[in-house]
Amino acid sequence: MNTESSKDVNITGNEQILRPGEGLQVETFYYDNKTVRNFAYATLFWGLVGMLAGLWAALCLAWPEVNLGLPATSFGRMRPVHTNAVIFAFVGNAIFCGVYYSLQRLLKARIWSDKLSKIHFWGWQTIILIGALSLWMGFTQGKEYAELEWPLDIAITVIWLIFGANMLGTILHRRVAHLYVAIWFYIGTWVAVAMLHIVNSIALPVSFTKSYSWYAGVQDALVQWWYGHNAVAFFLTTPFLGLMYYFVPKAANRPVYSYRWSIIHFWALIFLYIWAGPHHLLYTALPEWAQSLGTVFSIMLIAPSWGGMLNGLLTLRGAWDRVRDDAILKFFVVALTCYGMATFEGPMLSLKSVNAISHYTDWTIAHVHVGALGWNGFLAFGMLYWLLPRIFNTKLYSQKWANTHFWIGTLGIIFYVIPLYWAAFTQSLMWKQFTDEGTLQYQFMETVNAIQPMYVLRAVGGTLYISGLVLMIVNIYKTIKSGKLIANEKAEAPSLPENYKFKESKGHWHGWIEKRPVQMIFLSLIAVGIGGMVEMIPTFLVKSNIPTIASVKPYTPLELYGRNIYIREGCYTCHSQMIRPFRDEVARYGEYSKAGEFVYDHPFQWGSKRTGPDLAREGGKYPDSWHYNHMLDPTSMTSGSLMPRYPWLFDDKIDKMKTYDMIKAMKKLGVPYAEGYENIANDDVDLQSAKIQKSLAAEKIDVAPNDEIVALIAYLQRLGTDIKAEKSTP
Amino acid sequence: MSAMVVLLCASLLVALIFLFAFIWSVKDGQYDDEFSPAHKILFEEKDNQN
Repeated sequence: MNTESSKDVNITGNEQILRPGEGLQVETFYYDNKTVRNFAYATLFWGLVGMLAGLWAALCLAWPEVNLGLPATSFGRMRPVHTNAVIFAFVGNAIFCGVYYSLQRLLKARIWSDKLSKIHFWGWQTIILIGALSLWMGFTQGKEYAELEWPLDIAITVIWLIFGANMLGTILHRRVAHLYVAIWFYIGTWVAVAMLHIVNSIALPVSFTKSYSWYAGVQDALVQWWYGHNAVAFFLTTPFLGLMYYFVPKAANRPVYSYRWSIIHFWALIFLYIWAGPHHLLYTALPEWAQSLGTVFSIMLIAPSWGGMLNGLLTLRGAWDRVRDDAILKFFVVALTCYGMATFEGPMLSLKSVNAISHYTDWTIAHVHVGALGWNGFLAFGMLYWLLPRIFNTKLYSQKWANTHFWIGTLGIIFYVIPLYWAAFTQSLMWKQFTDEGTLQYQFMETVNAIQPMYVLRAVGGTLYISGLVLMIVNIYKTIKSGKLIANEKAEAPSLPENYKFKESKGHWHGWIEKRPVQMIFLSLIAVGIGGMVEMIPTFLVKSNIPTIASVKPYTPLELYGRNIYIREGCYTCHSQMIRPFRDEVARYGEYSKAGEFVYDHPFQWGSKRTGPDLAREGGKYPDSWHYNHMLDPTSMTSGSLMPRYPWLFDDKIDKMKTYDMIKAMKKLGVPYAEGYENIANDDVDLQSAKIQKSLAAEKIDVAPNDEIVALIAYLQRLGTDIKAEKSTP
Repeated sequence: MSAMVVLLCASLLVALIFLFAFIWSVKDGQYDDEFSPAHKILFEEKDNQN
């Protein structure tokens, strides 16, 4: 591999020229712009696809008919497609595009291996394509932003390693000793994402398309949100900060305001971010100490985040007059401002008193979209407007269109987030409202209908934002038509002296590490690793954190089948299974959730949003026939319901052949089924499904015992009931 | 609670290491060259195109 790839570099030529009178070896080499261009196209294409999926999901909430009664077009499957596509396809490709462009120029070296670049590009696009199809087909691990099944998880790991190898190879073959701040952000990103992805994706496969999370309940929740939060931190934030530190100074033609800030920004951010995950689980069954830790570190994050934002904005000092005309600078200014708003809001949402109102509402959705649409979207747009004309050796086709894009996009963001903030406050306060008699004032459905107009407005905002992107794509198309790609851009630089490491022994302490990328990776790994380990190991090891409850028993095999369906249809995208210890939640949903109730939940399904009501104590609330009719047509049971119809559950059958492997896998994960139970488990499936069939028959509803709906009813009727058994037995 | 103690110790230890490294670096004049890295990236392109 090594010799082959160095050959690749040599194809483009490494002729050594001696500058007259200098004696310095100046090398001529060529930047690879083709890979940059490919990633740029992919960014625009997947951006459009991902945002359209998001618009679809938004329309589903505004008008439930949009779900179409089909599996792939329903909210529960469209939403993971949207989140995965915009995070890993849109933002992911934008990261690679910007990194491949800036890394070469910062290091004065061609990307290490053309072959690896090619594998990286096509591998990533293949994963995205198969990933989107598999999510539409319902193959999911049921953990937010980590839904892709295990074969794709492995593929992601391989491609990520290739990206890392290519980046590290370039760093090792560089012609500039100093590693500019952007590169540290790239390295930190690479290390952290690799670790997060691997730790969170550990699962036990039962087939090529199905696996169960290695962790259960509280532990799974902690790992998932440690991952989930850090996906935001290390996929949406740190790499984009790296891009910001390169492209903002370049576009403004000003050095970064303070280089010192940028150094502090980097180290403080990677160290603090990794601890903040538990703020997604405030008031849940996660141990109190872990919640507090998450809050404390979240508050501290304001400092480096705002330092970074101000550093970016102040870079424009003396160039503000240009912001008036230059669309690219406008995009960057709003991106940085949105970064500042989101990173101020984040710590505020981590305060328990604020979180009590915001959690499970649309506030979270508004918050992430300030970041996603403003920070990630606008920075990516600005970067592409700046970079594409350059590698095509031309001018942007229309500055005016770019400015129009900016204004449509900005309006889009405003129309998107303000209605959702409004909706969040309204709904949360309605949930918590009691009458003078001490009963809940509003039915859940009333709170949903009250905010539905906001969902319509949000879709308008989304449409505006996407229109801006379409205008951009046309503008870019016209731009590249007017130029020609400089696939290999000629550059010259003196080679690095072999002994540069020892020459500058008296310098910057940070200079030492900047010249040693391998050690740098190690140190970053240690810095980010400590946070994760300190939070997770005690939770796993200290038994008192998860008190066991004697009456909590493993799921029956039929319930497991039902649970698989629950995960497949993405029910967790709208329903939580976690009752917080608040008066209104206990009054509405029942006894608050205990950590010990989730010990057999592989994966946990606590959810993060209550578009529908909490289901933690759904079991026994309604008769089987209610669930039957509700899944067939939710509005027949709850007038005004936003829930999709699930007609396919009434035709599709469960495959009892899978019972053996499923129980075997659960046993391997530590679920205490009796010895040899996997061999006789199907008897229990038959027994339980016959019972449900009989109860439905009593209501004149005819089902086959192996219909998927029967399994789903079995699961829903089990939810949260175990703990009641303990209460009835004194 | 024992986990809390472990956490606090580990956090404080790491925080102290960072603090000492920072103080040492400032006292040692390590941040003296903050000028050239920020400026260098701006010249890079001119070198190639001219």
